[in-house]
Amino acid sequence: MWSYALKRAGTTAVTLLAASVIIFAFIHVVPGDPIYVLLGDTATPDQIDALRHQLGLDQPIILQYLNWAGHVLEGDLGRSIFFQAPVLSVIADGAETSVLLATMTMIWVAIIGVPIGMIAAVRHGTWLDQGLSGAAMLMASIPTFWVGLYLILIFAAWLGWFPSSGYPSVFEGGLGNLRYLILPSLALAAPNAALILRLTRASMLDVAREDYVRTARAKGIRPWQVVRRHILRNALLAVVSAFGFTFAALLSEAVVTETVFALPGIGRLVVQSILRRDYPVIQGVILVIVVVYLLINLVVDLSYRLLDPRVELQ
Amino acid sequence: MLSVRDLTVSLGPERAPVDIVAGVSFGLARGEILGLVGESGCGKSMTSLAVMGLLPQPGPRVRAGQVLLDGSDVTQLQPWQRVEAGHGRMAMIFQEPMTSLNPVRRIGDQITEAVQVHERLAGAAALARARELLELVRMPDPGMQLSAYPHQLSGGQRQRVMIAIALACRPQVLIADEPTTALDVTIQVQILGLLRELCNRLDMAILFITHDMGVIAQLADRVAVMYAGRIVETAPVGALFEAPRHPYTSGLMDCMPSRNSGARRLPTIAGQPPKPSRVAAGCVFAPRCASVREACRLATPPRAEVAQGHEVLCAFPLNGGGLP
Repeated sequence: MWSYALKRAGTTAVTLLAASVIIFAFIHVVPGDPIYVLLGDTATPDQIDALRHQLGLDQPIILQYLNWAGHVLEGDLGRSIFFQAPVLSVIADGAETSVLLATMTMIWVAIIGVPIGMIAAVRHGTWLDQGLSGAAMLMASIPTFWVGLYLILIFAAWLGWFPSSGYPSVFEGGLGNLRYLILPSLALAAPNAALILRLTRASMLDVAREDYVRTARAKGIRPWQVVRRHILRNALLAVVSAFGFTFAALLSEAVVTETVFALPGIGRLVVQSILRRDYPVIQGVILVIVVVYLLINLVVDLSYRLLDPRVELQ
Repeated sequence: MLSVRDLTVSLGPERAPVDIVAGVSFGLARGEILGLVGESGCGKSMTSLAVMGLLPQPGPRVRAGQVLLDGSDVTQLQPWQRVEAGHGRMAMIFQEPMTSLNPVRRIGDQITEAVQVHERLAGAAALARARELLELVRMPDPGMQLSAYPHQLSGGQRQRVMIAIALACRPQVLIADEPTTALDVTIQVQILGLLRELCNRLDMAILFITHDMGVIAQLADRVAVMYAGRIVETAPVGALFEAPRHPYTSGLMDCMPSRNSGARRLPTIAGQPPKPSRVAAGCVFAPRCASVREACRLATPPRAEVAQGHEVLCAFPLNGGGLP
């Protein structure tokens, strides 16, 4: 167990180092300059040089990297060039929205995708299965911004049940503010639930062909008990890892939905920071996302250990 | 106790069915081991799955015939429906002990599950019965193995667990579909010995499916030889080995190494079994038969009883001294 943890920590450190170098290098390869973004077209060359020196952007790139990496190790991600605030607090603001949005989305995905996928698998080949699988295909194919716009139109504009955009923090307005995230999370859940539905169905049908399922039927236990005790758990092994990576992707890649619903999330923060050439924020966010992926990866591996006794941690 | 009559298992559409098992009939008496032998693809596994009510769905179906357990028709019932109807005392073990147990559940769970269905025991009582079953199959250290997972057991041990699960219903009939094919020869001998012992001790009938004539000679009381979905010869094991009357059986025997120790090359039966969809008129074995005559290609051969308990599906059975 301990040797596993140590090994795991080692690979994590190497991955982080590699990721940080790649992040740094790529960002500085992209053409454009934060100085012009900050000072506009009318700045004089002297002003530009002064600010460049003040931000440390006139140093060799290697030095800039070492400087940045050193601060990161101390827990300091630097200051945002655009916001003039610590990167960590800028990320924290976006993270609140993104984590809550992703969590709420995963709840929809779990309560819609998994059970309906099970039903489709148990009734496979019937009209019900074809209907559900067809609907899933449709949901997976429709772009989220389209679903988002229609959700706004129906539930915000016509029915007035939910707010159409924005998200005031729950730390200021109380848990009631979660209603701002219901429509965006549903829009995000649509394609993801559809994918999990199809994965659950396919995985269960695969397991249903296994010899041990035949053994279970031979024992004389009822069909739904065969499903519950012998098919479901084995089929969920494949679904668990999809869950982890869907969650990670939702944290960082919900840009379109965040834009449609005007949510201050991480995805939008990255895109806007790239447009502003706000290097410290881009570096910080991507680094945080890498860490999140590594953590989720670890959680997925550990949950495998719980679900499948054949998996040894080593 | 078990009686199978004209069992026909078919694939394909209702209007143009392809019979992969065509009119198989046999009976099993208490304490008897019937060996069902034939080449792969001859329909012996399909026969056993149909008898057990375990045909994969969607897929092949029983188109005609009956499976009678103690006189009750269970043909179209799946195992759980048989349990509900009170005819659940039939069990089956399979060829691959490696894949026949659920890899993520403990051995104890997998046995008690069967115990609960058939004995209406729960909790500690069910676990005690599971342990008893493991002792019955001579599992070393049964108490420990209850909490083991399948991957921690050897192939032979897993097959013992499969047998323990099968015994949970106190079966009158046990169907064993090539249970030793995937095992080492030494383990094979142990498992065969165990099956023989259980058969005697529990007064249980066994339908033993194999392609291995040697195993049949060792274990079975009676033999049914299958070819292209039909039983072509049935006889007590001694009579069959002494004097096979069907040319196919005789051909199979010639392929056994022990019977041809002097020969440099083992003889084979020329040709391939017919595809079920292309069965021609006349005897199914005619295209490969060494002693085929014109009449064989024209009419389906009659089932003839050539001696007490010795039936053969051949118009011109070999005479008693058929062996060279």
